[in-house]
Amino acid sequence: MNYWPLLGVAFVVVGFALRLNPALVVVAAGILSALLSGLSIADTLALLGHSFLSNRMLMLLVLTLPAIGLLERAGLRERAHAFVAGLRKLTFAKLLISYLAMRQVLSMFGLNNVAGHPQTVRPLLAPMSEAAAEKIDPTIDDDAREHIRALAAATDNIGLFFGEDIFIALGAVLLIQGFFAQNGIELDPKSIAIWAVPTAFAAFIIHSLRIVFYQRRLVRAARENHAAD
Amino acid sequence: MLRIEYAYWLCGIFLGVCALIEARRRRVLQAAFWGILSLCFIGGDIVESAFNAGDKFLAQTVGAAVVALAILAGSGRLKRHPEFACDSDVRRISASKLGNKLFLPALLIPIGTLILALTQPWLHIGDAALFDSHQATLTALAVACVIALFAAMSLTRSNLAAAGTETARLLDALSWAAVLPMLLATLGGVFAATGVGDAVGHLSAMAIPADSRVACVLAYALGMVAFTVIMGNAFAAFPVMTAGIGLPLLVVHHHANPAALGALGMLSGYCGTLLTPMAANFNVVPAALLELRDPNGVIKAQWQTAAWVFQANIILMYFLAFR
Repeated sequence: MNYWPLLGVAFVVVGFALRLNPALVVVAAGILSALLSGLSIADTLALLGHSFLSNRMLMLLVLTLPAIGLLERAGLRERAHAFVAGLRKLTFAKLLISYLAMRQVLSMFGLNNVAGHPQTVRPLLAPMSEAAAEKIDPTIDDDAREHIRALAAATDNIGLFFGEDIFIALGAVLLIQGFFAQNGIELDPKSIAIWAVPTAFAAFIIHSLRIVFYQRRLVRAARENHAAD
Repeated sequence: MLRIEYAYWLCGIFLGVCALIEARRRRVLQAAFWGILSLCFIGGDIVESAFNAGDKFLAQTVGAAVVALAILAGSGRLKRHPEFACDSDVRRISASKLGNKLFLPALLIPIGTLILALTQPWLHIGDAALFDSHQATLTALAVACVIALFAAMSLTRSNLAAAGTETARLLDALSWAAVLPMLLATLGGVFAATGVGDAVGHLSAMAIPADSRVACVLAYALGMVAFTVIMGNAFAAFPVMTAGIGLPLLVVHHHANPAALGALGMLSGYCGTLLTPMAANFNVVPAALLELRDPNGVIKAQWQTAAWVFQANIILMYFLAFR
């Protein structure tokens, strides 16, 4: 066994720790690892190029940008903000928890690309969350705003990850089935997906609780500010 | 009929338009960055067919292009274009004029994707299916984006040139972070091809006390997290850790239920995905999209959820895989 290509992994870890440019670190690590495994420079470049092109789907967020860009210039984020500010009964926690539930259910049916950071979080969920937080504390500071936007992105990730593992026709379940089939263990996709259900519930409850706790913290901070005035 | 490759071509065209806009602003490095990427998308199909037919020259050229992209990104000179366009007052006035109608084109992307993805088995033109079954949901997303673009243009009375300018603005804000997911996935492919995974599996299997069931469960779950953090992708970690620890130690030696072990092992990896900047499209790109000053802001907002879910997951694995 050739352990030298592992230096590529070490290179990534060190590069990230030194805060070098990630794009540069990643490509250099790939080249290092390929050369250490004994590939020629020509084969290394071909492997890099082929591997890059097989992952083109990761760039499709570009397709959402023209529409989202035009709408943002016309005030989409301001409108999303005003819309939530006008709904008195919609609290911060209700907004994020219902988004979490919706995202989990959609990805459970394999509809991963229906929502996402460019198409729903940046133009809609993030400004809506900020508006909902402003209803608690109108004088909320920039750090808290950033944390709220980050929490909106985190909610999207968690909903996606802990829903998609239940979907049988794509991705994770088929990878698991394929792996065991290669090793002589035949499994029914349904029998794999069912074991992801308890964790999906656990993730929903845990993240919902964290959202509720964060809302309480906002309420407490607002009350203290008020008392100080 | 509609294949995912068309979406890649469209992506290439959008990137090419941005390259032209940057070139006209005399921002040469930015124009080169998006231009190279655009060519990779427009020519990608041809390169892939040549590669599969055994001709590696074009793939080598793309490899060289990837190196060029990395050098441009690493030069630190892809500075952002100063925002001037219209200020927030103009946006606020426009927002109150257009009202909730603004949501319609934005919602056309998710709802259009949903409807097209659900109905695609029944959509036919003549005898040919409208959507090629390979990557049908992503193709549906591409169609929904085009429909939403035209809806947005008619609502805001803008032309394609304005759409191009806005695309360039958003891409410029993302800068090289937009390509990072592809580069990381490329690295995953290179690691797989050079045997990094097998080496990690071998080393970790050597370090584990095989007779303790708890130790094996912990090693498998933690190994999934750690390797996912390094690779940025649970799918890359799963075959390595399951071949190294899950299958020989837990399934064969301790008689774990493979279906439960596999599902919960993968979910442990997902907890790792929430913790790592290597999962750029989930953790780094959104930080750029949401204009966070801290590039790790998203990870900081979700690590606690990941830690709690991981603990629940280990307990579930211990009890469900050994009923």
